[in-house]
Amino acid sequence: MDGPQDLGGKRNFGPINPEQDEPIFHAEWEKKVLGLTIASNGLGHWSIDEGRLARESLSPQQYYGLSYYEIWYEGVTALLKRHGELSDAELAAGKALQPGLRTERRVSGEAMSGVLASGGPSERPQSSEPLFSVGQRVRTKLAHPAGHTRLPNYARDKIGSIQSVRGMHVFPDSSAHGQGEQPQWLYTVEFDGAALWGPDAEPGLSNTIDAWESYLDLA
Amino acid sequence: MNLGGAAFKLRSRNSARMHFREDAKISDDHHHDHDNHLSDMDAKVRALQTILVEKGLVDPAAVDVVVETYEHKVGPKNGAKVVAKAWVDPEFRAWLEKDASAAINSLGYVGRQGEHMHAVFNTPEQHNMVVCTLCSCYPWPVLGLPPVWYKSPPYRSRVVYEPRKVLGEFGVELPDSTKIKVWDSTAELRYLVIPMRPAGSDGLSEDELVELVSRDSMIGTGLAHAPGQE
Repeated sequence: MDGPQDLGGKRNFGPINPEQDEPIFHAEWEKKVLGLTIASNGLGHWSIDEGRLARESLSPQQYYGLSYYEIWYEGVTALLKRHGELSDAELAAGKALQPGLRTERRVSGEAMSGVLASGGPSERPQSSEPLFSVGQRVRTKLAHPAGHTRLPNYARDKIGSIQSVRGMHVFPDSSAHGQGEQPQWLYTVEFDGAALWGPDAEPGLSNTIDAWESYLDLA
Repeated sequence: MNLGGAAFKLRSRNSARMHFREDAKISDDHHHDHDNHLSDMDAKVRALQTILVEKGLVDPAAVDVVVETYEHKVGPKNGAKVVAKAWVDPEFRAWLEKDASAAINSLGYVGRQGEHMHAVFNTPEQHNMVVCTLCSCYPWPVLGLPPVWYKSPPYRSRVVYEPRKVLGEFGVELPDSTKIKVWDSTAELRYLVIPMRPAGSDGLSEDELVELVSRDSMIGTGLAHAPGQE
């Protein structure tokens, strides 16, 4: 969706300001938000794509006004509520008012190391032949879907070339909405900077995105 | 809405406030944040944990394992070891080019947010930079958790169209003849930049080379340090 998360090419956000000797966390609660989010993911109610959708569905005022882990807090509470594991009444009361649904999926302390080490690969068995091959020219789709997509605005309706074929991967546009994995071929597509940014592009710039097959047409 | 840098820096509450601040007060604020245990977010997150534990959905020990892992065990030293090995071992470098996931896994760096790795190699002709314009995708097993600037709107919005200006803000200037490629992590592939081996490092051991590899050099916002510079 054309939400506040789609930042590539936007203006006026100011300087980068890298922080010297930056700590990994800036407050104790940030650690808990990270841990609670990963532990809640382990319940298996939602995919990584639905998790991203929850965060990018915040209003621009929230998304730009909140810090990173505040956004994560909003995301995980929204996901838990959507899947019946949390209510506003519980948040207001600060205590559980009804039992959890998927308690059998709770990730124990002993199991968590294994969960982190195994991750969640998105590649799936190859059930078709790829439509495109390395070097072919492709045009990205012009679309402004209301739902989740990983085709950023700055790279829509642009001509580039296939740089790599990456296997078949879970399709986030369906996965984010509970419509299944529907794996598609994934490609790295490379663009000349000028094809994306026009004559003012920095000389010598090129950009790549990773694009699912349905984002692309032959050019 | 004014999204100018100054307004942006001041908009967030509590610890969030510091994330876009450019002045020298960061350490003061940081200290203050740790002391401020009654902050809004602190109370909200404690309540959430209490609820989820009471409901049998979260084991507090699992939360501790996550924090311990990314605060103390997994960080950019892992990636630095990958880079140093690629500098000294041509077979490993070739493996990294062909199948980065397998090569990196062979060193014991596996897991969440690094399931599908791809290494991109800097040369005098081409410099590589990595971003996630849509969220905060970052190769956790080799670099740990991303720094705030990597996750924030200024970097995510700008690096795709003005990487040289962005590099300048990191104190890096490349020759005009060097092309720049910016990799946007829009899928589950995670990119690791292999910086060029610095001049004057010929006689160093692999362990000594590891010390020259900064986190930023593996994102592409920095270069490897020259010996004696780090």
